[in-house]
Amino acid sequence: MARRLPKVDVVIVGVGWGGGIIASELTKQGLTVVGLERGKERKTEDYYMVHDELRYALRYELMQDLSKETITFRSNTRIRALPMRQYGSFLIGTGLGGAGVHWNGQTFRFLPYDFEIRSKTIERYGEDKIPEGMTIQDWGITYEEMEPYYDRFEKMAGISGEENPLGGKRSSPYPTPPMKQTPAIKLFAEAAKKLKLNPYMMPSANLSQAYTNEDGVSRAACQYCGYCERFGCEYGAKADPVVTVIPVAKKTGKFEIRTHSYVRRILHTGNRATGVLYTDTTTGEEIEQPADIVVLTSYVFNNVRLLLLSNLGRPYDPATGKGVIGKNYAYQVIRGGATGFFEDREFNLYAGAGALGITLDDYNGDNFDHSDLKFLHGASISLSQTGLRPIANNPVPSGTPNWGKEFKAASLKYFYRTLGVGAQGASMPFRHHFLDLDPTYRDVFGDPLIRITFDFEEQDRQLAAFTADKCGQILKEMGATHVDVRRELGPYDITPYQSTHNTGGVIMGASPDTSAVNNYLQMWDVENLFVVGATAFPHNSGYNPTDTVGALAYRAAEGIAKYAKGNGGLLV
Amino acid sequence: MAQTDERQEQAVSRRKFLKNSGLVLGGLVIGGVAGSLLKTQGPPVPQAAPAAPDFNQALMYFTPEQFRVVDAATERIFPEDENGPGARALGAAYFIDHQLSGDWGFNARDYMQGPFFPGEATQGYQGRLKRREIFDIGIQEMNNYSTSKFGKRFYELEADQQDAVLKAFETNEVKLTTISASGFFQMLRASTLEGIYADPLYGGNKNMDGWRLKRYPGNQMAYTQVIEQDQFVKMDPKSLRDHQHG
Repeated sequence: MARRLPKVDVVIVGVGWGGGIIASELTKQGLTVVGLERGKERKTEDYYMVHDELRYALRYELMQDLSKETITFRSNTRIRALPMRQYGSFLIGTGLGGAGVHWNGQTFRFLPYDFEIRSKTIERYGEDKIPEGMTIQDWGITYEEMEPYYDRFEKMAGISGEENPLGGKRSSPYPTPPMKQTPAIKLFAEAAKKLKLNPYMMPSANLSQAYTNEDGVSRAACQYCGYCERFGCEYGAKADPVVTVIPVAKKTGKFEIRTHSYVRRILHTGNRATGVLYTDTTTGEEIEQPADIVVLTSYVFNNVRLLLLSNLGRPYDPATGKGVIGKNYAYQVIRGGATGFFEDREFNLYAGAGALGITLDDYNGDNFDHSDLKFLHGASISLSQTGLRPIANNPVPSGTPNWGKEFKAASLKYFYRTLGVGAQGASMPFRHHFLDLDPTYRDVFGDPLIRITFDFEEQDRQLAAFTADKCGQILKEMGATHVDVRRELGPYDITPYQSTHNTGGVIMGASPDTSAVNNYLQMWDVENLFVVGATAFPHNSGYNPTDTVGALAYRAAEGIAKYAKGNGGLLV
Repeated sequence: MAQTDERQEQAVSRRKFLKNSGLVLGGLVIGGVAGSLLKTQGPPVPQAAPAAPDFNQALMYFTPEQFRVVDAATERIFPEDENGPGARALGAAYFIDHQLSGDWGFNARDYMQGPFFPGEATQGYQGRLKRREIFDIGIQEMNNYSTSKFGKRFYELEADQQDAVLKAFETNEVKLTTISASGFFQMLRASTLEGIYADPLYGGNKNMDGWRLKRYPGNQMAYTQVIEQDQFVKMDPKSLRDHQHG
């Protein structure tokens, strides 16, 4: 029998960006919040020894321990799903701050087109343009409605940037100026302008200068040390929940964080959540935390899994297209870029920052005419200088052997003479891409793992080939002496790293028939349960998701506060 | 200091002796019977120059025989040449040995629960073997293949013969029943690069010479002065040890 604790106003499951924002906003308004985090406590001082490529980048120090819980994967329903036994395609964060600790800090807003993708596609090209099986739908919110929440997230995190010439309207400029321009970035900018494209500095959560936000949180400027992705920031220069929203919530005295607390079920009576059941992983004790409002704020896979394990909402059935939990799982198309080798020029590529880069959106969203193209949406095209580390980066021109004397010579020669121009392609949902519970494989407690059914589609192959050529053109214009273009996408493979931008599964929308949550991320079926995160995205755009996750968290916080003060019921 | 100098001299002469007597193979003293012969050659001598004894260079997992195979293989993957030291001088095989003795060798943070089924290539590793077991089998099979093809163990072969063996593993020309030959080769190649370029605290990248080869500055605190510069800025590398004690 689980030990029952006194009831609180709000319990949140997972203390990353979503949980941190919800906690800071609600505690400021006087609500008591308990945050349950399955990982451990974290602080900036923990990263004194963080410049360790082996430990953090290759042995996944900050990531979830897969021996306890992983996902299973299959390309389609005809084959057996098998566990992701080792990391590859994407990385699942854990611990205080979650994936918000090991992110790069690239903080893009989605395009106005994204939020009304179905309507705008039909309006411009007609309904026949949408291929059979592609389940794109409007988000139940417009860019104009999202804008204030984007603004709040960017001001809280101190995003450094300059306006995207092809982006949605901004109510205010970025709170801090763009990051420093490196020679490689300047080269890209000049080449792109010659090609009549519209480059702009990547919006960055790695601060370009010291910044104090409206909550009074002061942070130092980025030192360009080159250790962002997969690492924590020892300066606190990279915005993460541990150095921004969590301390604000704690200061109210209304926020209690319990680490090593692994939530197993959402408890409910009828269509109301009553709290959560969790295991204290240090003792094995089962504990019940009752709450008036439950907010799921963990990573995509766990948000979906907890709903399915708890029998909440209507599970999605790909055979009928009915049900919503697990629907519209989407990912990203990262292949479709190019690598340029510069025989007579070297760049200081050991230096960099996760969100140091330059981007253009001329081939993203519906910024270009798709009439003669066999795909919808597109990709942002960027050159990033994240800081090259020596184990993982051994670029050699195509045709060079990958070991031995020749490899050694080429890998030493080209380490600082190689620039990549990459495309981050949008991922459209399809009826047969979804998440559900695996019938065979279990976690360390004996509960079913979440199962991914996903593969790349013809749409993705066309998109990759298209963007690869664009990336190659830019590199040639930049003066690369040799350019390798990656046009072939291949099948989706769980082994090579691609992108930790998994989305969907508890999607938002205007109708309970086609979505799981409304535009406050309140569950249609369970009014006191909110599901915050990239789970809410009906499709994935050609950008990093965190700005949109953060904006939606502020939107949800507003809704939760309204719900807590009101007489219940659906907010929309 | 006098004592130190004397011991150094002894160590040098011991190495010279071993070299002249043919008991050194690939920079490594062979053990067993040959090792016992040494005892008749005079008073005991220290193992390494005491001026900088590297206590990290001792085996935690491999047998000496396994170490010889891996040490020779890593050197072919990343050979010493006019650019500078190869994997052997950088201690890559010690790095691999040390890694296999810990969490990574035991797949401690991987999902190793059954049931086990062969999967599609896109589903990743689905075996039940741990990395240390894969190395055990792979090393044995390298010796088996070398012996059947060339009549000698891997580390006794000429360099081009060793390359041929590695190539046969890389391309799955070697048919193995328990592990994938190319999968083992890829693991060997990847861990060789780790041994060359990981922070020296792990036993490879000796003296940060791997980083010097690649002109990688290691663990610096800041590049704010470098980030906008057009010219390549070279600096002497720093390690995590420098960071802790500096």
